[in-house]
Amino acid sequence: MSQTEVKTTRNGRTDRQKASKLQAWRNFIQIAGILPILVAICIIFSIVTPSFLSAGNLINVIRQASINIVLATGMTFVILTGGIDLSVGSILGVTAVVGVIVSLIPGMGLLAIPAALLAGLGLGLLNGSLIAYLGLPPFIVTLGSYTALRGVAYLVANGTTVLNRNLNFAWIGNNYLGPIPWLVVIALLTVIVSWFVLRRTVLGRHIYAVGGNARAARLTGIKVSRVLLFVYGVSGLLSGLGGIMSASRLYSATGMLGQGYELDAIAAVILGGTSFTGGIGTIWGTLLGALIIALLNNGLTLMNVSFFWQLVVKGLVIIIAVTIDKVRTRSSAA
Amino acid sequence: MVSSTQASIKNKPVLEMQDITKTFHGFTALHDVNLTIYPGEVHALMGENGAGKSTLMKILAGAYIADGGEIRIDGQAVKMTDPGQARDLGIAIIYQELNLAPNLTVAENIFMGSELTKGGNLIDQDGMRRKATEVLENLNASFDAEDLVSTLSIAEQQQVEIARALKDKSRILVMDEPTAALSDRETEKLFEVVRRLRNEGIAIIYISHRMEEIYALADRVSVIRDGGYIGSLEKSEISAARLVEMMVGRSLQDLYEHKRQTTPGPVVLEVTNLSDGRKVKPASFRLHAGEIVGLAGLVGAGRTELARLIFGADKKTSGEIKLEGRRLNISEPSNAIESGIAYVPEDIKEKRPLNILTPDDAIEAGIAYVPEDRKNLGLFLDMSSGENITLNVLDRETKAGIINSKNLAKVVTDAIKDLGIRLASPSIRAMDLSGGNQQKLLLARWLAINPKVLLLDEPTRGVDIGAKSEIYRIISDLATNGVAILMISSELPEIVGMSDRVLVMRAGHLVGEVGGSTGEAITQENIMAYATGAREVARS
Repeated sequence: MSQTEVKTTRNGRTDRQKASKLQAWRNFIQIAGILPILVAICIIFSIVTPSFLSAGNLINVIRQASINIVLATGMTFVILTGGIDLSVGSILGVTAVVGVIVSLIPGMGLLAIPAALLAGLGLGLLNGSLIAYLGLPPFIVTLGSYTALRGVAYLVANGTTVLNRNLNFAWIGNNYLGPIPWLVVIALLTVIVSWFVLRRTVLGRHIYAVGGNARAARLTGIKVSRVLLFVYGVSGLLSGLGGIMSASRLYSATGMLGQGYELDAIAAVILGGTSFTGGIGTIWGTLLGALIIALLNNGLTLMNVSFFWQLVVKGLVIIIAVTIDKVRTRSSAA
Repeated sequence: MVSSTQASIKNKPVLEMQDITKTFHGFTALHDVNLTIYPGEVHALMGENGAGKSTLMKILAGAYIADGGEIRIDGQAVKMTDPGQARDLGIAIIYQELNLAPNLTVAENIFMGSELTKGGNLIDQDGMRRKATEVLENLNASFDAEDLVSTLSIAEQQQVEIARALKDKSRILVMDEPTAALSDRETEKLFEVVRRLRNEGIAIIYISHRMEEIYALADRVSVIRDGGYIGSLEKSEISAARLVEMMVGRSLQDLYEHKRQTTPGPVVLEVTNLSDGRKVKPASFRLHAGEIVGLAGLVGAGRTELARLIFGADKKTSGEIKLEGRRLNISEPSNAIESGIAYVPEDIKEKRPLNILTPDDAIEAGIAYVPEDRKNLGLFLDMSSGENITLNVLDRETKAGIINSKNLAKVVTDAIKDLGIRLASPSIRAMDLSGGNQQKLLLARWLAINPKVLLLDEPTRGVDIGAKSEIYRIISDLATNGVAILMISSELPEIVGMSDRVLVMRAGHLVGEVGGSTGEAITQENIMAYATGAREVARS
């Protein structure tokens, strides 16, 4: 019998309280996660550059983070099942080009957003079927689609920049809802809906179950293939949303749009404390992770740190944050 | 065999642990435990999970430091402060979790961390191979020093660990439930090795739950319960009844709860010519309501595979399954579950260190290791106990896919009460429960769907005897309530004690049936006669 239980049965209440306190502490660790790191980064930047903490700049940071938040949200679904989606940046490129091209077709402008979203969903489901039904490893499937879809994006754009000065969905990238940019609203809505799906629905519970123990999940009657198909579909769909967001900001799209975005998305998820082997993680962690990356980009730029050094610092922060996380979970989980 | 016992009594003890006490933050894990070990004896250490066996062995290994008491090796008091020191004193522990590198050869594993060198820094491959071969020959091992560990069976890997201990000239060898993952034949081989080591004068501390192993091997037995020393028995005094009484503080008669059924209920499940074309040859049988049917056989006979076929976890190639006269079309587990068939898979338990209340406790207790590869088929260890219990009824307790936490909370409280699961709160992770409580958690999940047919695969493996008796009570209650139960078990006393009827499999075939209307009594002998092929009767 474990210590927790023995203590409970022996001296009843005090230990019951202690045990639930422990659980509360664990939950707090899991949710708060890297919050201290985020706060530390804010403090450092606000000391070094006074303009950093202004409301205007902070909203700017979140706007810069918004596309990564959306991609990282999809990535969270995937990584929670123990998978990986390397193709999100390429899907973003394809869908952005598709969106702008459709918006240029006379009379079809309103279909631009649905077309981009459907393209993203379809490509995600394609990844998902190969992984769920053929049993191919996610890394390899999405490495393939990462490469192939980048080519598709160039082909669809015909190697040039597709431009629409009267882009009908440009409001997404440039207008505000009150004081808050639409990009931020969309990103936060995505997070909230995803939180709801992961925490309050059967499907969400099944996602955690598949990531925690896929064989047990199958014996529990969970349709594991469908869960996998769903998460890659979500990742593709949200990449499509990211494509719309990118194109709307730029009034244009090129075949190279979204290059390297998959790495920022993965970094945000891992910074947020989601286990790379699946089953553990929260969407709030991912949000914090994406914010940390954006804060670093913004703060270092304000400090006039050269781009080369920014890359070095960003990389180090990821490694340090995950190291801290490792030490922390090791001491809490034993 | 008798002579070795008597000889050891005349000898001086190689190890004395006296009045060992260990507390973790006010929780007394061990108090005043005594253990005296002589050279050339197999000394069984018994006790329920959590009784303190592992803590005691960790103190011996230097992984924990005792708060009080004395350890003497050859009569000399020693202060054990770290694992390296224990090794130098000739103490080796073989844990259930083998510590081998599968990608390296046997010789490289045996010498891992203490590689032989020549000329200062160069690895002496030849020397290591020669020495390893020597040790392996002494163990009568069937494999080579050059073989890759990944090509060896679990039993052979265990021999590699033993070889490593012998290479260190260990005089005290601790084996922690060494047969947990072995087949019967492999177990017999291990016993041979253990006896050989004993005859060479090595003292073996043998931790096991299995009574047959104690009979077969032990020269003496010591029992601890709730961290306290209960007593020791000489070989001639060992009996199951006494040991159980010492371990749980009550007698054996109460262990099996089930009153054998005389009149079977209506047929619930009818299986006809079910086969997967490989491991299960066409099998036909019926389960009646309120009946517990044992499914016996040797490891590898196809029992688990048969249960998985019924449940739809594997593809059948022929045969049909009828539930209450209705033909079922089961292509995956979710179909079976919808029809009211539940399958509780074998959930392999692992030894875990004492649980920890706060992160600081963990660090102070010196525990930093949580094994990564738990091979369990049932539980979701990262999820809370409550989430584990409700996973199968989410659809029932939801509206439009959205979870109704109030309904679920009620399912959880009911299950915890009905099954007597002991936990501080349903939000405790499944990982943090004892083996017995984890098994009950698994049962609770399946009982939540109110199954008509319950397929149990080794329902009490790795749980202590106290939890066992509770699980037997639960199974018996379910049968009384009309559930048809098929229970796979490798523990014959459990099959004999719990079953109304027993089906026996051998090499994929259902080869025999005892009890019920067959006229053959449910005895271990009758079951083994079929399981081993000593008796061949075609079932009609």
